[in-house]
Amino acid sequence: MAEEANKQPEQKPAAQPADDMPDWSAYRGVLVYIEHRDGVAKSVSWQLLGQGKKLADKLEVDLMALVIGDNVKHLAEEAIAYGANRVFLFDAKELKSYRTRPYSRASMKVIHEIKPEIVLFGATATGRDLAGAIATHLPTGLTADTTELDVEPHPSRLLLASRPAFSEKMMATILCKQYRPQMATARAGVFEALPRDPNRQGEIVQFEFAMNESEIAAKVLDFIQDQSKINIEEAEIIVAGGRGLGGPEPFKMLKELADELGGVVGASRAAVDAGWIKHEHQVGQTGYTVRPKLYFAIGISGAVQHLVGMQNSGIIVAINRDPDAPIFKAAHYGIVGDLFQIVPAITEEVRKRRGLSFLQEETAAAKSTTNEEGGIRV
Amino acid sequence: MLHIVVCIKQVPDSREIRIDPKTNTLIRTGVPAIVNFYDLHGLEEALVLREKYGGKITVVCMGPPPAEKALKQCISLGADQAILVTDRGFAGADTLATSYVLAETIKKVGEEFGPVDVVFTGKQTLDGDTGQVGPGIACRLDLEQLTYVEKVVGIDMEKRRITVHRHLEDGVEVVETALPVLLTALKELNKVRRAPMPGMLKAARYKPIVWTTQDFPNLDRSKIGLKGSPTIVAKSWVPEQKTVNTEMIEGEDAQTKAVSLVDKLWQTDLPTKFGWDRPAQA
Repeated sequence: MAEEANKQPEQKPAAQPADDMPDWSAYRGVLVYIEHRDGVAKSVSWQLLGQGKKLADKLEVDLMALVIGDNVKHLAEEAIAYGANRVFLFDAKELKSYRTRPYSRASMKVIHEIKPEIVLFGATATGRDLAGAIATHLPTGLTADTTELDVEPHPSRLLLASRPAFSEKMMATILCKQYRPQMATARAGVFEALPRDPNRQGEIVQFEFAMNESEIAAKVLDFIQDQSKINIEEAEIIVAGGRGLGGPEPFKMLKELADELGGVVGASRAAVDAGWIKHEHQVGQTGYTVRPKLYFAIGISGAVQHLVGMQNSGIIVAINRDPDAPIFKAAHYGIVGDLFQIVPAITEEVRKRRGLSFLQEETAAAKSTTNEEGGIRV
Repeated sequence: MLHIVVCIKQVPDSREIRIDPKTNTLIRTGVPAIVNFYDLHGLEEALVLREKYGGKITVVCMGPPPAEKALKQCISLGADQAILVTDRGFAGADTLATSYVLAETIKKVGEEFGPVDVVFTGKQTLDGDTGQVGPGIACRLDLEQLTYVEKVVGIDMEKRRITVHRHLEDGVEVVETALPVLLTALKELNKVRRAPMPGMLKAARYKPIVWTTQDFPNLDRSKIGLKGSPTIVAKSWVPEQKTVNTEMIEGEDAQTKAVSLVDKLWQTDLPTKFGWDRPAQA
């Protein structure tokens, strides 16, 4: 790996003043790393292509994707369907599981060869692991955990990588002026994927992977998928609870509503810190950024740290005893009152309505004339 | 026998930092400086490994002179020696420049105090939150790298191989690799012990070894501090809350409100999208 790092002399125009940017015209295009497990892509990959497309259009360059794995040609095709013009593909049995050394070596080969001006990764465990290694090898600047990505148009073409700082209390925009490529990891759930278009045309460039298994010290012995583990970043319906729940027990009530709606349970930091529920449920500060279609904030007052994590949700429903809780400013629908009465009532109503719709379908099939209320409800 | 290096950082407890609502600036006064707690989990694991396999623990910290206090805390917990790498020239370092200095430090530790087998860093720092320094160090020293470690299963001292559990978003990966290795520690890794009285007494008298740029004759000055940092903070601001049109749902009792809310939800495309128009699976 060292020899690869040395191929590229360090671009360091020491004599130039800070604002006088070197000539980076050899570096063009936006490259997105497509993360997956066993050939199933993480949704952050498509979200990054969605945002990457905006950047590439503004810079008038190609949107490119990097796919590394074993039997992953379909991911290269998917990447095109989600907006990539060109996909660089490494498909070899040595690349079945993520391991830092072979994956960074493959990535470095592509980056050296195609010279993208921007490279993006998901801010996942794997994305951070890989991006950290690559940025050091190149070397170049890497901005972690960004939640906003924009570019200045030609001639500066600078990536404006913005991220929360100081426990999300502030945002900071980070630039990398003197090195290329500009690199960032970006949080899942923040950006929106383009609609999948299987008719989009693009080019797949296959790379040979020249590393022998015997050269790779790390061996992945096992992967224990956590079935009970919820993937809150990918959830489309979240029923989240906070301090107002007063203890771990009421989360069962939230789970019932979530089950009825086909969603998962989320939580605020207060509830996680109190030990009522596990960290993997935490939305917002030091938790996860989510963008479900429907978000219930129940007994959550709505600290800024929580709001930044969920404000991109489609429909937000807030239920709180305190009419002045800041969460109501962020919600589309607000209910002031006792959550211990309201939540079970909603669950009951949804349950009734779902059963009702089913009955209606049958009745409609039988009678073919039933209005919406159907007269069944008492 | 293992030589374990634990990298620590003294950080402001960012959870305690508040924003002045008038000026939109950070209020840092009175914010306590603490050892980045992920690093303490790295130290704890080093102590456990030393108990199992024997060896010694060197703690290193890059930071201003007051960071000596953080190193003393590590001594009180049981580290064998502590090194403070401090110099004005290091100020303003981003993760790239920081990993360079720490890698050079670890190299020097290896030369002066024996080869290093295991390096620990925290998963990330509380103030920077990037998680990039660990991979940066591993890369520069050409060490194997295992990040997000929640359990060290064990070390085969003969084969010089280590097995760990890595905590990922979707599960746990069991992975084995060769020493020397860099591990980044999660808080699930262990429970940090309290400093025993003899440790505290030792720490009170202990003076960390101090290294400045003078102690690194081959240090490339263009790679340290602000000059060696490719990333620049261009601006910072307090995020504005998105404004939405809130509709408050009124009603006599909980049930009326609930029905009214569900009515609203049923008017959207959610029922068809999520199959609410069919009964729930039993």
